[in-house]
Amino acid sequence: MTDSTESRIRAFIQDNFLFADNLDAFANDASLIEAGVIDSTGVLELVSFLESDFGIHIADADIVPENLDSIASISAFVRFKQASIASVA
Amino acid sequence: MCGIAGFFGQPPNGAAAVLADMIGAVRHRGPDASGIHIKETAGLAHARLSIIDIASGQQPMRTADDELSITFNGEIFNYVELKTELERHGHIFRTASDTEVILHAYRQWDVDCVSRFNGDFAFALHDARQRRLFASRDRMGVRPFFFTRQGRCIYFASEIKALLTVPGITAEIDPIALDQIFTFWCPLAPRTGFKGIEELEPGHRLIAESDRLVCEPYWRLTYPRSGEEEEDRRSEPEIREELRALLLDATELRLRSDVPVGAYLSGGLDSSIITAAVKHIRSDRLRTFSVTFDNAEFDETAFQNEMVAALGTAHSAVATTPADIGALFPQVIKAAERPILRTAPAPLHRLSALVRDEHFKVVLTGEGADELFAGYDIFKEAKIRRFIAAQPQSSRRPLLLRKLYPYLPRLAGQSQTYLESFFGARPGDETDPLFSHLPRFRNTASAKMFFSGALKAELGGYDALADLRDRLPADFPRWHPLSQAQYLEAGLLLPGYILSSQGDRAAMANAVEGRFPFLDHRVVEFAARIPPRFKMRALREKHILRDAFQDLLPKTIANRIKQPYRAPDAPSFSGPDAPAWVSDTLATDRVRDAGLFEPRAVEKLMTKCNSGRPLGFKDNAALVGIVSTQLWHDMFTKQAAQPPARKIA
Repeated sequence: MTDSTESRIRAFIQDNFLFADNLDAFANDASLIEAGVIDSTGVLELVSFLESDFGIHIADADIVPENLDSIASISAFVRFKQASIASVA
Repeated sequence: MCGIAGFFGQPPNGAAAVLADMIGAVRHRGPDASGIHIKETAGLAHARLSIIDIASGQQPMRTADDELSITFNGEIFNYVELKTELERHGHIFRTASDTEVILHAYRQWDVDCVSRFNGDFAFALHDARQRRLFASRDRMGVRPFFFTRQGRCIYFASEIKALLTVPGITAEIDPIALDQIFTFWCPLAPRTGFKGIEELEPGHRLIAESDRLVCEPYWRLTYPRSGEEEEDRRSEPEIREELRALLLDATELRLRSDVPVGAYLSGGLDSSIITAAVKHIRSDRLRTFSVTFDNAEFDETAFQNEMVAALGTAHSAVATTPADIGALFPQVIKAAERPILRTAPAPLHRLSALVRDEHFKVVLTGEGADELFAGYDIFKEAKIRRFIAAQPQSSRRPLLLRKLYPYLPRLAGQSQTYLESFFGARPGDETDPLFSHLPRFRNTASAKMFFSGALKAELGGYDALADLRDRLPADFPRWHPLSQAQYLEAGLLLPGYILSSQGDRAAMANAVEGRFPFLDHRVVEFAARIPPRFKMRALREKHILRDAFQDLLPKTIANRIKQPYRAPDAPSFSGPDAPAWVSDTLATDRVRDAGLFEPRAVEKLMTKCNSGRPLGFKDNAALVGIVSTQLWHDMFTKQAAQPPARKIA
């Protein structure tokens, strides 16, 4: 589950922001903003991907760098959201 | 306005044919007549667009004693006054042209004559007695001048394509230039996109004598030290009044022409001021021209119509779609002779074609006002970023970021913390002389991720930002932060992109001469001395300029917030209506053969662009940059220069 979440997020970032196939060197905790990977439109792209591919709803208040600025933080955020859905269900 | 070409030094074999080929390559700049002149070690060629002294202004022009000869592109707008002054010194004129004024001015004042010229010019003058070639270019870089050395000969021309017709001169891509273009949008002059081919920098003169070649500045763009602005002792109304008088005079001077003069009218403040100034100066019905877009994000039709109604001009507009841009783009790159990261020059090619179709050769434009009077958003952005950085604990200061880029909805809709992340200063930024432009340079440079491994290896550790820092004037650190930001725009991007790819090359592709009253050097120098607080009052851009001309403009135009001129980028090359040539140009084997970009990365970018999802600044810039670089590479380095028709009148 964890590996799958991270690998899907990594694949999306590689395909859409880094435009590369295998970038293992890009660390899970590297900042997407500081590395110049993501811009204002990129944030919206990322949110749209997470909502559609992971079936979660992301409120405006959640769209902050603390949740979305690295592969690790995004993965943790997605798992948290999925767990919230599961607990409600 | 014309095309020039020539050589100096050991003449090539078949010199006349070489000159004919060179000038043939830039004949689009001057379709009215052409000529060549060879004397001793110099050859001059000229393609003429007749604007002043149509009957007797043919070039290359010689003095009566045949000692001096010249090929000249552009206008010396104060030629009437200079001629009177030279006549007082005993000079006798045979024509009514500004070209002859240069010859006599050189005889009177030698190479210092250029300091007396008020104009947009690039010329090469051969002095047979001193065995010297003297060339020069206007202060702001309106008219182009490129040169290269081959053996013991210098070749020069208005455009690089003329140099490439000379046997033995080839186009070899300069990787450092490519790195600079993918950082600043232009190479740092005198570098061009090609190894061994240089441009004469704006405000410079070139002097070649036997084995000596010197390029030296005769004018520099400079600003007073912070707090020492010369005009600081004067009141705002006094400065405003002088600015108005100066700009009206600069406009009137640029109406000198023996053919009708029209004006571009974008609907923005700057071109509206120039158009209103023309109407203020003379009463006849002015012809105006504009571009419109089918996408409301770019279109300014409503504002154009408002100005047309207010001034009663006879107006024509050309509508432009992404498909139009896609279809025209290869011609745009052929004209620009370098990669570009935005499609904005393309609609201006269509605009100059419209002007030409309407039988006009000369237009006034509002170019330069944003640089001189702090109109661009980047000036506001830098001011806010600096304001925030001064008190990083403040929670209220970052709210000002909401004032930026109201015309970019995806940015305006961002959360406050993301805005702060995008625009926040990194450690060390505050003391960086490039502070104002760091976000833009970094954003643009992210497109270098597409560079191939081989190109990256060739570039080694090259650092374009460090290179630029090293070239800044010695006094730069003592200028006001706004002046520093203005210098980066007016000294770098204005000549390197706005006046070249988007200016001279876009207009001259259709033999149209643009004239720029804001770039009269008296206006430029005066504006540099105006205290920054009068240019940007709080966050009101071009404050003093607006106030100086508000009585001539409708209120909605005078108070209009800056909307930068932009055009659709990625949609011109992707999606269902993409032109067929794009898939050929970006085919994996073509990209691999060129060796400049990673083919797999380009494929992924195209997939994303074709997905129909919203694209950001970086994706748009990367796609336009890659498409234009591939076109440029194929056009200039793969194909031998087309032998032009040798038609010398």
